[in-house]
Amino acid sequence: MATRFEALMARRGEIMRKALGMDYSVFEQSPVAFDYEGMMTAHGYSLEDIAGIQARAGVGSTPLLELRNLTDLVRSISEPGKGARIFVKDEAASLAGAFKDRRASVSIHVAKEKGYEGVIAATSGNYGAAVASQAARNGLKCIICQETYDSRKVGQPEIVEKGRICESYGAEVVQMTVGPELFFHMVELLDETGYFAASLYSSFGVSGIETLGLELAREMTALTGAPPTHVVVTHAGGGNTTGTARGLKRAGATETEIVSVSVDLSGLHMASDTDFNRKSFTTGHTGFGVPFATWPDRADVPRNAARPLRYLDRYLTVTQGEVFYITEAMAKLEGLERGPAGNTAMTAAVSLAQDLPREATVVVQETEYTGAGKHHWSQLNFAREMGVAVCAGDPKDNVPGKMIVIPERLEQIRARDFDVARMRTSYVRNALKNAPAGYAPTADDIAFLAADTNSDAATIEAILASLEEA
Amino acid sequence: MTEDIRAREGDWVEVECKLLDPADRSKNLPPETAEKPLMMWVKGFALGEAGMGEELTVETITGRRVSGALSAVNPGYYITYGPPIPELTHVGRDLRRQLAEWREREGGER
Repeated sequence: MATRFEALMARRGEIMRKALGMDYSVFEQSPVAFDYEGMMTAHGYSLEDIAGIQARAGVGSTPLLELRNLTDLVRSISEPGKGARIFVKDEAASLAGAFKDRRASVSIHVAKEKGYEGVIAATSGNYGAAVASQAARNGLKCIICQETYDSRKVGQPEIVEKGRICESYGAEVVQMTVGPELFFHMVELLDETGYFAASLYSSFGVSGIETLGLELAREMTALTGAPPTHVVVTHAGGGNTTGTARGLKRAGATETEIVSVSVDLSGLHMASDTDFNRKSFTTGHTGFGVPFATWPDRADVPRNAARPLRYLDRYLTVTQGEVFYITEAMAKLEGLERGPAGNTAMTAAVSLAQDLPREATVVVQETEYTGAGKHHWSQLNFAREMGVAVCAGDPKDNVPGKMIVIPERLEQIRARDFDVARMRTSYVRNALKNAPAGYAPTADDIAFLAADTNSDAATIEAILASLEEA
Repeated sequence: MTEDIRAREGDWVEVECKLLDPADRSKNLPPETAEKPLMMWVKGFALGEAGMGEELTVETITGRRVSGALSAVNPGYYITYGPPIPELTHVGRDLRRQLAEWREREGGER
């Protein structure tokens, strides 16, 4: 007999179609390929339309700040002639405290237009706050499903705070223990309520982030005469990288290098009841970053609008201790007390800027709010309570879940390159795994896979040959 | 103490429900998760009276009715900052000094 879980999952396609107000099947082209641009533009909004929706929603146009003190500090440890200028887009100035407002505003606008009574999202992060805030402004009901606690009902302080802020904006917060069945209950709730699925991964949400890339290209051009040479993006599910990069391209900033960054949480299992509270970052980490980049369609929509491998030029990792150090430094040097998400990219930017000429310009494209729970002091005190060692030393000795090593000097911060070629191979393997057994990709499939991995047909053919050999 | 706490009709409370037994959970979970039930907590206005752990139906803020065992009355948030982190307290002092010394050598602020 099918369990409740299996019975519901069998009806998932039909429930999601109703809840998304969109039929994804029209974009499918083969067992491998689909019409990505067709899906992204099916909502019919131009980038100007989206900017208009966001302006009315009170979203966007955040300050772009030059970090002169941080830049000079980086120069103090760089070789002569090196040390790029560092800038930050202060997205914490958004209504709900993060760039996620951009993502939520379009979804909520669509839900309102289509006449839904409420919205539902599954998220433990800032996105919940953004959905709740925008829903409040539009008079829509809101349910946020959150993976909050381990089996002892102990909650990561950052997640608990995010639940609090969602409630503050009038959302019903459904809190659960660890496990991917969070999505199962979200589908159950969509079925029960008939609300709109404000998925993080819909084309509405990801299109909403394009304005961030557009704004920073224009603002940097006004300030320095050109778009930035590098944009550094904190990377989790991939929407931030995808939306920002698309916006930059639309602004004509085709030369800008896109650098995605995650906190290294390798070795920790994201569905583990015991690892759950042994991580000090609840997003922007490799536990989301790698699986979502190498198989975006694991998301809660049939086809994920966030496809970071299409856009990223480099993928860097940093350690938890390095980000905490930079978070402290940002407050003391630049008067910016901000949360861990944007500071993940900031940490990599400090490392990257040292290797670039002084003429180069590096933009960290987001900050997020902080406060009790999200603050680095809360996180480190909680880590100690959970039995994680916190010490000063060389970040090389960091072990996720066991030891957080806080650098003693700025020079010790070095971001590490993650092998993007390996991620491409892994993506192609997953694409084939999700096609019927023995399916042979056509020339069109190969062209799709090349576009979806920012590579070319020869690269994909070589990957296919290597997979066949293995 | 908590055993004496009761929810009265209309109180803002939290109820606890078991969503899935271990046997009904998703496959491919690590063992430490697979052996635990999937639990859920929801807040709402009590639609009756109950003691802690007793069955109670609530009306959530969106108007849904959810039943479960009473787990808290007027639940709060106790997240805080805690003490400063000794491994970080020197960072501001050290970096400001490093910056000032470098600027002096390089001929002042840009």
